[in-house]
Amino acid sequence: MTSLTTLADGVADLVHDGDTVALEGFTHLIPFAAGHEIIRQGRTDLTLVRMTPDLLYDQMIGMGCASGLVFSYGGNPGVGSLHRFRDAIENGWPRPLEVEEHSHAGMANRYAASAAGLPMAIMRGYLGTDLVAHTRVEQIDCPFTGEKLVAVPALDLDVAIVHAQEADRHGNVQLWGIPGVQKEAVLGARRSLVTVERIVEALEPRPGGVVIPGWAIDAVAEAPGGSLPSYSLGITGRDNDFYRFWDRLSRDRDGFRAWMEEHVLAGVGAS
Amino acid sequence: MSSPPPPREAPTPASSAEIQTVVAARLLREARSVFIGVGRPSTAAILARELYNPDLVLVYESGTIGARPRRIPLSIGDGELAETADAVVSVPEMFNYWIGPGRIDVAFLGAAQVDRLGNLNSTVIGDYDHPRTRLPGAGGAPEIALGCPEVIVVAPHDTRTFVAELDFLTTVAAPSAVITDLGVLEPDPESKELTLTRLHPGATVDAVRGATGWDLAVADAPTTTEEPSAEELGALRELIAR
Repeated sequence: MTSLTTLADGVADLVHDGDTVALEGFTHLIPFAAGHEIIRQGRTDLTLVRMTPDLLYDQMIGMGCASGLVFSYGGNPGVGSLHRFRDAIENGWPRPLEVEEHSHAGMANRYAASAAGLPMAIMRGYLGTDLVAHTRVEQIDCPFTGEKLVAVPALDLDVAIVHAQEADRHGNVQLWGIPGVQKEAVLGARRSLVTVERIVEALEPRPGGVVIPGWAIDAVAEAPGGSLPSYSLGITGRDNDFYRFWDRLSRDRDGFRAWMEEHVLAGVGAS
Repeated sequence: MSSPPPPREAPTPASSAEIQTVVAARLLREARSVFIGVGRPSTAAILARELYNPDLVLVYESGTIGARPRRIPLSIGDGELAETADAVVSVPEMFNYWIGPGRIDVAFLGAAQVDRLGNLNSTVIGDYDHPRTRLPGAGGAPEIALGCPEVIVVAPHDTRTFVAELDFLTTVAAPSAVITDLGVLEPDPESKELTLTRLHPGATVDAVRGATGWDLAVADAPTTTEEPSAEELGALRELIAR
């Protein structure tokens, strides 16, 4: 059952040290404000799960929140590398990071399996690649046709956090635009927190709108601008310049730390 | 007395990158749908839609099907893609209902390394557990290559990219063509080994072989890429300037 809460209380109640946490949003609706609150509250030893770590996990990894990462594409979209992610894997800074990587299709199916309450998902893929030897995937034979397929394990998520455009006062949530795997993440996790741009009296149906009933969510918190420098379609625009700026800034450990202290630890927004 | 008009400046000749983009765009004249990431393939697909194939369906892995971007997006999930698309679907739907069953005709893929069979590495340079360079990883590529009936690889031609042995096999791409900034490689019908079949204007067989990390096979009589027309070049430059 959902409750309307503050971002700080929502994170304090739902996210604990050592949890496996997914903050989802595929380029769109990335929950930056919630990730920054996790950094401010000093959560540590998290296993972070995300298809595309993006700048948000680059920041959380660089601040030492994570001991593990489960992902499928660790780049700065359209720009290049994620330098904090690379520094953690290549040099163990600020701490070693245990990595489990998949393809996008594999991750998407793992989310779908967790939402369905199934132990695994079945798909075509992986076979013939070096990923098979380095990740959790098993070949299986279709019992009906004999086709060689693969099984990927469902994600085992303690907490999912997503950002949406709107919620009503009962905590029913609606998001529209690129929907990513947010619904699967919320339904597949033991606990869930949704941050929203605004609380409205009543949800108005939108083309392509995805509605998640409040009773399937643990907590909803208002966080205007909470997906910047990604975006919330119709409300905020993607700050492409920030993604380019991050490429320069994040190359240097000290410059990164100083920026995070000024803009995140001091409680100011991302951009 | 009025002075004579200044002579009309001839446009700057096409760069190798521009030729590569135009060649990629030309391959989409007949395609119904194309799957693209960001960068040069995305530019090529938008150009193809504007120049030759207005009904071409652009599909981005963010879930936007039939996007009609006016400008080249920075990310595969830019707002303009969602706002102009025929349909916007979740990531599980994109892979399980659209890509997997082969509904998207052609896929454009890039990579950090390409081997002589057209296999791709986008995972690591060096050892997997202690990489020299950690690359972004697979993303959608393995299942896109598996699902789409035709795969075209677009990559810069140098010995860092075209290697005898991949550091990591991320994607079994089996491309129908590899378009580089020097020419076009196509698989030999028998051995499947990539073979130089076409040179871009200004490129030589020796230069291409020198930029390839294995003893590159060369077709008996490689053809030469038709120079980008003034219309193609003008449209490409205008698109990039938007």
